[in-house]
Amino acid sequence: MQITYWNKEVETADDSSLKSLQLKRFKETIGWALQTPFYKRRLGKVGINSAYDIKSLDDLKKIPFATKDDLRQNFPKGLLSLDMKDIVRIHSSSGTTGIPTVIYFSREDIDNWSDLVARCVVTTGAGPGDVFQNMMTYGLFTGGLGLHYGAERVGMTVIPIGGGNTKRQIKTMKDFQTTVVHATPSYLLHIHSVLAEEKIKIDELSLRKAYIGAEPHSENIRLKIEQLYGIDAYNSYGLSEMNGPGVAFECVYKCGMHIWEDAYITEIIDPATGQALPDGEIGEVVFTNVIRRATPLLRYRTRDLACIIPGKCQCGRTHRRLSRITGRTDDMLIINGVNVFPSQIEEVVMKIPEVGTNYLIEVDKVGALDKLIVKVEIYSKMFRGDASQLDALKGKIKDELRASITISPSVELHEPGFLPVSEGKAKRVIDNRPKE
Amino acid sequence: MKIKQLSVFLENKKGRLFDVCSLLGSNGINIRALTIAETESFGVLRIVVDKTEQASKLLSENNFTANVTDVVAVEVGDKPGGLAAVLKILNDNNVNIEYMYGFVEKFSENALLVFRFEDAQTAADILVKNKVKVVTKQEIEGL
Repeated sequence: MQITYWNKEVETADDSSLKSLQLKRFKETIGWALQTPFYKRRLGKVGINSAYDIKSLDDLKKIPFATKDDLRQNFPKGLLSLDMKDIVRIHSSSGTTGIPTVIYFSREDIDNWSDLVARCVVTTGAGPGDVFQNMMTYGLFTGGLGLHYGAERVGMTVIPIGGGNTKRQIKTMKDFQTTVVHATPSYLLHIHSVLAEEKIKIDELSLRKAYIGAEPHSENIRLKIEQLYGIDAYNSYGLSEMNGPGVAFECVYKCGMHIWEDAYITEIIDPATGQALPDGEIGEVVFTNVIRRATPLLRYRTRDLACIIPGKCQCGRTHRRLSRITGRTDDMLIINGVNVFPSQIEEVVMKIPEVGTNYLIEVDKVGALDKLIVKVEIYSKMFRGDASQLDALKGKIKDELRASITISPSVELHEPGFLPVSEGKAKRVIDNRPKE
Repeated sequence: MKIKQLSVFLENKKGRLFDVCSLLGSNGINIRALTIAETESFGVLRIVVDKTEQASKLLSENNFTANVTDVVAVEVGDKPGGLAAVLKILNDNNVNIEYMYGFVEKFSENALLVFRFEDAQTAADILVKNKVKVVTKQEIEGL
């Protein structure tokens, strides 16, 4: 198999070179971090007051883990290490769960990130001459822009079409003979079902590769996508706190995602105790970003569960491989690539006076797509005896949920007492999607 | 001349209608007229019973979501044109019907029609003035 590299020296660096590069960048990052109010406090408490206090990579262990909550509590500028005049980009979570989170990028940060994404693209064997249709959402979400910059840097022809509008996606694939797409697995399966409706055959397209990510999926789903389209599908992993896509990516051997360890120092921990776990054991993935000046983030707990795949990859890259994400440490639901917290749904339905005290969230797989069903009990005293009133209530719940979580659920109304109330903490979420 | 109708919210679940009817039946409450408004995921049962207050209390005690609404019930001859005659009066007097349903009386030659109007009292007055037999609360209870 032909192996192509974007930065062969770094991608195939031996263990000691990689570690010394990590240490150099880690020290730099500590220097940047100490420029932020958040880390000045936090690092000071553990005796790190200057980059010179870092002697080895083991010093990383002294630093407390960072969490999403830290980002929220220090919103908007607690982790900003540069003057705003040096910031060229902001990515932010929508903040629908409350306080948003924000990541700032300097020009150099964008440059470093793009370079990592370029590495991902080349790792899969793509390059100039490829037509890249980026079906991931653009905007504050990093998925769209992240791949866009990397693909452009490599010299692919980028079509920044963004998410949705399936018929236009198909027409675009056909018109420009797209060779590489980037999308959620469920969206690719959905597109395939529409291809048949549009009477377009696979051989009218020129698709060769797909980059799939932003939602958990099984090996079977990958194989299904590969078979349906007759292409190679590569798993992609990233999160906005670590810039976005380009944290880890599969090479042509498709046996786990190479984590770019010169940029992201990776630990797998027991989520309950925080203790490090050996390669091969599933735990919470923790990253330290050592290539972002504007928003340093050290030992960030991703809440993603995965393991490091032991052993070497045939492609020659020395960067260790991350398994696919097997779950989340919290109860966040990923529905067609969109993160949804049950608490968001609760907040919406409980605000509606016609809704009683109990509700249930159900997630099903319908064809290739996830389906969210929100079941609520109606409040007896608000019932006026009309079916039209109930229909209007359903519509209202649906609209308000869509405004909050961006996806449109189906809503079911139930009589009081219908929904199960378990002792203590009620079970509010039933995820019926097949695990494999 | 208004009478009371009970509306009961029924979720789309097997045996739910039976639950309501058997609860009423075992407590000696007689259903005089009945209809169901249904959507794809739930239904609203509308009934006129002989003992409305008792039925209403019973339903809420048993965790049914029920509501009491004013309706007008009329009796017409159970023969062709019976309903049309009533509708003509309403039409001529510009009275809008929100919904209606009919029931055939077992012990008489008449059919019972239940109407829901925006303004039940005005509609009832018009019907009475036009010599339509409007069923009274006492009659419903006595039957």
